Amino acid sequence: MAVFGTEVDRPLYGRGPSPGLRFTVYAILSVVLMYYDQHGRWELRLRFALQAAAYPVQFAVNSPSAVWRALSETFQDRALLRAENGLLRARERELELQVMRATALEQENAELRDLRGSMPPLIKSWQLAEIISVETDPLRQRIVINKGTRDGVSPNQAVVDGGGILGQVERVGPWSAEVILVTDPEHAIPVAIVRNSLRSIAVGSGNSGELLLPYLAINSDIKGGDLLVSSGLGGVFPAGLPVARITGVRRESNQLLAQVRAQPLAHIERDREVILLQFQPTHPDAPAANPPIAPLPPPANKPSLKLPDADP
Amino acid sequence: MSDRRPGVTIYLTAVIALVLTVLPLPTWFAIARPQFLVLTVLYWSIMRPRSGGLLLGWISGLALDVLQGPLLGEHALALAFATYLAIRLNLMVRAKPLFEQSLFVFAALMGYEFLLWVIDGWSGHPLSTPTRWVHTLSGGLIWPLVVGVLGRFDDSR
Repeated sequence: MAVFGTEVDRPLYGRGPSPGLRFTVYAILSVVLMYYDQHGRWELRLRFALQAAAYPVQFAVNSPSAVWRALSETFQDRALLRAENGLLRARERELELQVMRATALEQENAELRDLRGSMPPLIKSWQLAEIISVETDPLRQRIVINKGTRDGVSPNQAVVDGGGILGQVERVGPWSAEVILVTDPEHAIPVAIVRNSLRSIAVGSGNSGELLLPYLAINSDIKGGDLLVSSGLGGVFPAGLPVARITGVRRESNQLLAQVRAQPLAHIERDREVILLQFQPTHPDAPAANPPIAPLPPPANKPSLKLPDADP
Repeated sequence: MSDRRPGVTIYLTAVIALVLTVLPLPTWFAIARPQFLVLTVLYWSIMRPRSGGLLLGWISGLALDVLQGPLLGEHALALAFATYLAIRLNLMVRAKPLFEQSLFVFAALMGYEFLLWVIDGWSGHPLSTPTRWVHTLSGGLIWPLVVGVLGRFDDSR
């Protein structure tokens, strides 16, 4: 190898194999890692450990802004706080009224669905998580939150904020978790239009203010301002949580599908805290644990099919 | 920063570069942000090919994978490749004026991003917006600055 005459080729210090051989070894190692990460066997445990190792970096990057926030909260103006307090109190009263109405509606709904007794609450438990401000890939829409398995966070848990659905938990570490947002180009969420319960799928566009609905026919009944809620299919989100509002529909006569854009209702750009939800599996609106396409139960005994025993 | 143990300096600068990589910035800055960690690894591979070596490249890539990658090992492979190029060609590159070094760094970054793009596509996380290539250009442009800053940590020069 000394023909090339470069410094690296000369085995001066006995530094072991040549760079070419080393590169081959590292390349094979990387490919093995990728293979197992893709096909998921022991990767879960490895990912978990690495995620834990990454937490100090994320924490360190986040801490200046966290300290700044804490300081500015400490030295906030008294008048400002009072004004905010007043606003919050008014808002709370408004919400109380809405909740009263909602409980009545839920009761009525339960009766309509012929469920004896009251339905269990849909949301079994929820917890608040803070967003750690670190940059994940700027071209993908992900956030990192400061709760992990230690706090009971699990993959595919639904994440919402005050406005609507934000996304779902993708990877979990012991103290932190990565959330994939509805606007990520790899994310798709089954939705329904409130006005006419037309169902479709909203996929992320890659920028934080936009969702796309690419699978709606050109003649489908949809217009700007329509509210989209989750349809309950897909097994992650329950039915009826707000997702987005349609901002624009473009129909071109030479195409089969309409170009529909929507704006997510969650305040993705402004959030500091998010809410992680856990659902009561017995509630009819809860996301199905099994995939929705399940074999029908065998028709064992159907009382309505009994013939009248008039003829002996 | 003694001459006997340059490894500490190298890994320290790598950690600082990693922090700069994940520091939150407004979207447009974030897209144009050069990959500081990749540039740092390239610098050490060109100027001190024996100290950092491929292990530095591979471990840095793994760190990027954990913090940003959709797939474990893809940044590791791409960065190991870029490091390999830099180590192989270090004598040639080192002797050139800064402008030509910038061109080489640009080419290495293109190779790095190309590998990432291919692996993204194969593994089912395709992301083919043209904005993903912006950092190669900004990385090449900022190279003289990288040399200036890291040269201060480098006592062999």
